Amino acid sequence: MGLFLVVPLVAVFAEALSKGFDAYQSAIVDPDAFAALRLTLLAAAIAVPLNLVFGLAAGWTLGKFQFRGRQLLITLIDLPFAVSPVIAGLVFVLLFGRQGWLGPWAIDHGFEVVFAVPGIILATTFVSFPFVAREVIPIMEAIGTEEEEAARVLGAGGLQLFLRITLPNIKWAVLYGVILANARAMGEFGAVSVVSGHIRGVTNTLPLHVEILYNEYNAQAAFAVASLLACLAIVTLILKAVIETRVQGVATVVEESAVEVMPWESKSAV
Amino acid sequence: MGIEVRGLSKTFGRFQALKDVSLRVASGELVALLGPSGSGKTTLLRIIAGLEAADTGSVILEGEDATDRNARDRRVGFVFQHYALFRHMSVFENVAFGLRVRPRGTRPDESDIRRRVKDLLELVQLDFMADRRPSELSGGQRQRVALARALAVEPKVLLLDEPFGALDARVRQELRRWLRRLHDDIHLTSVFVTHDQEEALELADRVAVMNHGVIEQEGTPEDVVERPATPFVISFLGTVNIFHGRVEDGRGIFGPLAVEYPVHADPQPRTAAAYTRPHEFDVSKTDTGSGLWAVIEEIVAAGAMVRLELAGAHGGLIHAELGRDQFDRLAVRPGDRLYVTPRKVRVFVENP
Repeated sequence: MGLFLVVPLVAVFAEALSKGFDAYQSAIVDPDAFAALRLTLLAAAIAVPLNLVFGLAAGWTLGKFQFRGRQLLITLIDLPFAVSPVIAGLVFVLLFGRQGWLGPWAIDHGFEVVFAVPGIILATTFVSFPFVAREVIPIMEAIGTEEEEAARVLGAGGLQLFLRITLPNIKWAVLYGVILANARAMGEFGAVSVVSGHIRGVTNTLPLHVEILYNEYNAQAAFAVASLLACLAIVTLILKAVIETRVQGVATVVEESAVEVMPWESKSAV
Repeated sequence: MGIEVRGLSKTFGRFQALKDVSLRVASGELVALLGPSGSGKTTLLRIIAGLEAADTGSVILEGEDATDRNARDRRVGFVFQHYALFRHMSVFENVAFGLRVRPRGTRPDESDIRRRVKDLLELVQLDFMADRRPSELSGGQRQRVALARALAVEPKVLLLDEPFGALDARVRQELRRWLRRLHDDIHLTSVFVTHDQEEALELADRVAVMNHGVIEQEGTPEDVVERPATPFVISFLGTVNIFHGRVEDGRGIFGPLAVEYPVHADPQPRTAAAYTRPHEFDVSKTDTGSGLWAVIEEIVAAGAMVRLELAGAHGGLIHAELGRDQFDRLAVRPGDRLYVTPRKVRVFVENP
């Protein structure tokens, strides 16, 4: 197990530094690499907060209320997990491409989606969609609505309710979801590759840039850029491990105070 | 009038939880809503609190119509069955919450909050636990914190949902007495929900017995025990023997049992049943002319009362209870024959 994880990591850094530190540095500060880094960060910076808001809203609705079509909605949230990213990218091309359904209209209004930055953000948002919601829904379900009801009777308003009661109970799950969504957003290759068009310095993200360098037989530079992504992966893993213990802590507290309620005596509209 | 609800109805999907329920609770009174699960008692409590909206009907709190008022603005204290303490806050912060979330204008200052929370924690005898988390407390302590938290906002009425439901028997007893004393001290209009008849009868000034979304009977504990209004009330308030039969010509005939029943003088018979509690039988080894005899199947002699299970000659099982002395004088064993005479019979005629 350790072999599978550590050996490739060592290989990435060994290859990246094979021509010395100067070559490593120049590969990273290369303007195209820098542009790719900027685009990756931009895509993540937009996709992750969007998914955070969406995940919280979905977690609240699906975790706290029972309604018709709830199961269908949960399935829909998992769609980006089920569909191959390449297919997802192709769907966006079909929708927003020059011959697509919405493409001509968008282009007429001066809004290029495919082979441009908006397409990359769209694809990134799509593939990282489920992470926050997936983490938040089970916690919300387990915690139930009693604490919020108690707060309401005590005079708390909507915002106070959310900030003082709901959020503190789910914060670790939210953070965990955000970190996973971020890792996916920065590392995504397939969907982004299809909509990107690989325009150097304009629509290349880090993973795409790595591929281009590698295809140009510039292995050392490819691995140098790849090492940035590897660092991201390591940071993600460490954060994930730290937060996981916290999430489990919340889960056990929830189990201890597990509540049994009659179906008609709970899950009412707030 | 502390609480008045008029004509409340509520359905959840196809399930009708409340059917045109009305109830009045005088100021300072402690009333129990007693009933099996699904009888609508919790729904009624939640509607009074504003946690649930009724389909029809109104809720009046201290003379003000609160029907359209938000739970937030009703000034009620609510104690949840499973306490619903804020798990990420200390005991102190839990109790302080209702004061801290007030709008700036009416919010007491920090020293005032500290003093009030301290007073409340002393009242529930938990001031030494102020810095603990709810997860570090026992069930009984959590319940008292929940009560202090509800009282912190100086509510006009206090509502408690199965307040002792999740506690073990001994703590339950203690907390019950403690709550009764507390109520006698602060005299806050209170309603609590319970499925435990003993709890309702011991604690409440008045009891409302609920079943299938309606209040079957409302009255003092003595009223509901001694003068049950419906077959459901008598069956729910403890073990009871039922003899099926009919009434006609001012008499009730229930198998081997015959009683006067002047209420129904009509010669046309109506289906009816007679109810007798286990302790309302006279038993003897000699025939007293009651016509009801039975063979002892089992004797449970633990406790102050001795329980007898008898196979009646009429084909039914009879539960009887005797005082220990009486049982010793009787000196019977399983298999012996006993003659049974009910001292008290309550007859309910079935609706056609």
